[in-house]
Amino acid sequence: MRSTNLLASAAAFAALATAATAEPLDVRVRGYVEPELQAFVESGSQPEQRRWNASVAAEVSFESFWDNSNQWVIVKPFARWDMRDGNRTHVDMREAKYARAIDNWEFRIGIDKVFWGVTEAVHLVDIINQTDLVESIDGEEKLGQPMVMVSTVQDFGTFTGYLLPYFRERTFASRSGRPSLDLPVDETQTQYESGAKQNHIDFALRYANTFDIWDVGLGYFQGTNRAPLLLPGLDAGGNLVLIPYYAQAKRISTDIQATSGAWLYKFEGFWQNQVGEQHLQATGGIEYTFYSIFDTASDVGLVAEYVWDDRGANMQNPFANDVFLALRWTPNDAASTAVLAGTTVDLDTQALGFSIEAQRRFGEDYFVSLEGRFFANVPRRDPLYSFSDDSFVQLRIARYF
Amino acid sequence: MRIRFLIGSAAFAFAAATMTLSAGAEPVALPDEPETKGRAIAEETDRRNKGFGDTRASMRMILENAYGETSTRELRSMTLEKPNPDEGDWTLNVFDRPRDVEGTALLTHARILDPDDQWMYLPAVKRVKRISSVNKSGPFMGSEFAFEDFSSTEVGKYSYKWLRDEACPEPVADRTCHVTERFPLYEHSGYTRQIAWTDTTDYQPRKLEYYDRKNELLKTLALTDYNLHQEKFWRAHDLYMQNVVTGKSTRLTWESYEFGTGLSQNDFSTNALQRAR
Repeated sequence: MRSTNLLASAAAFAALATAATAEPLDVRVRGYVEPELQAFVESGSQPEQRRWNASVAAEVSFESFWDNSNQWVIVKPFARWDMRDGNRTHVDMREAKYARAIDNWEFRIGIDKVFWGVTEAVHLVDIINQTDLVESIDGEEKLGQPMVMVSTVQDFGTFTGYLLPYFRERTFASRSGRPSLDLPVDETQTQYESGAKQNHIDFALRYANTFDIWDVGLGYFQGTNRAPLLLPGLDAGGNLVLIPYYAQAKRISTDIQATSGAWLYKFEGFWQNQVGEQHLQATGGIEYTFYSIFDTASDVGLVAEYVWDDRGANMQNPFANDVFLALRWTPNDAASTAVLAGTTVDLDTQALGFSIEAQRRFGEDYFVSLEGRFFANVPRRDPLYSFSDDSFVQLRIARYF
Repeated sequence: MRIRFLIGSAAFAFAAATMTLSAGAEPVALPDEPETKGRAIAEETDRRNKGFGDTRASMRMILENAYGETSTRELRSMTLEKPNPDEGDWTLNVFDRPRDVEGTALLTHARILDPDDQWMYLPAVKRVKRISSVNKSGPFMGSEFAFEDFSSTEVGKYSYKWLRDEACPEPVADRTCHVTERFPLYEHSGYTRQIAWTDTTDYQPRKLEYYDRKNELLKTLALTDYNLHQEKFWRAHDLYMQNVVTGKSTRLTWESYEFGTGLSQNDFSTNALQRAR
């Protein structure tokens, strides 16, 4: 079981922040427990891998607001137990922060989650938090990031500064976990470019503003890149493994959305300098929604996006020249039913990915989601080749309280 | 020129500074011609809600289908009045129930003629997403209320026609109501027209009928349990929407209305959206 030493310090911090407020606090407790079943279409590439898996996740949030909601503390631990994968069995403090708003200023200190960006398929400019990859290979689940944040809303836009004093390593599936890379990632040999390793102090700045139909963001990040380079190496037993190498990076990014009628036009891109090399990545596309189709309450949304990397096809980035298409159906019923089907095509390697997600509420407190992810036609030279035998179907039943 | 309706807004108000029900009964001079008379009634309703400043309130919706099965929605709503008549009001709604959408928040900067600016906050991924506001006729949270039933209803968003005066619907059948047709002028409405029963004593709406794109009766709304706030502003605390086609209904109730809570523009930014509680 992997655990984070942040947990203890965050809890202590939260207790401190709470105690400092003298008045009796109204603490709101919420959360969910979510069992999960996974079935894999094919046998795995490793003998330890199985065709099915069971797992359970839980998250609890403790929230307290006072001073007319201008000060608050939120502590939100997350845990998962996984039947097969010791790396996926993990605990993380998603949030543990004290925050305060004063007029047009906001301050936060502690562990928090921050999202930057506008697109749907890949989140290129989102850099503050590390990806909790064992949770989902779509990269949308994040680990809590220790930070000090200051933000101010002015007439000419919103400015935010982040000081990030501690680095979180990306999580990877173990040899028995699925989906996983064919060569296991050996985190005991993790390397850093900076001598300070995890204690390198990173920082980031963001400017955001709305101009009529335009929502524009500019970002700067300097510090340990959240995405590691995976270098081939040997473990203590002489087996071939991948060793994460976390480089120092400087990155300038922008994200832009135009909202016009039922059309959303989106663009994200960054310029990055890392280990003496500069490169660009960008993504953009459209989202269009047909509302109330055939005079029913149903909406059908279309998403089409393109992802580009100026390095061309490369082993570090599976999305260097890819098209993503998706269809979302929402009947707008009382159960909040939604179905999302998508496909990715790698224009360089012709590798295909399909996904389908269906979800709805049962009763007041149960939320069920069924998800399928399938890979096809993935050649050996594609970075996603490891996942090509890991197509799976997954059922999650969340009970909220 | 705003007639605020339902959200953040259940606003139809009232300028008389006394608590008695007859207070607003001073006669309002209305023109004779049905179109201008209908508009004048809407303007009077709007005038009586001017100066409310800002409000906070909690809302609960009970959704019921034709088989009597129910589900519950709860949210908290904040509204900031924009006194400039060229600007629409700002609202921020935070959802509490169902639990799986708890913390989801919706920020709306209403406009007069252009589409509103709207942002949605998704707490699980901490994402603020600008969303399209053309979805006027879609159901709000799966209820029988459409988004347009909630949006800031400017006087200029409709054309009007006064039809007749008659007894108000229950429970105020002893009063007289102006019955007015109104026709949406904004794009993407799901309605050809609405018929409003406006109480002649306080200029508050008591009932609304909604006619769909085929001009057939779709829904009726009964507004009851009016409370006077700040000795000046009427708010209906019980809104019962019945879909006459599907047999589904939604009862929407407002609780703990507060006026003048000191909200400012800072509380309606995309930053505030992420911390809203």
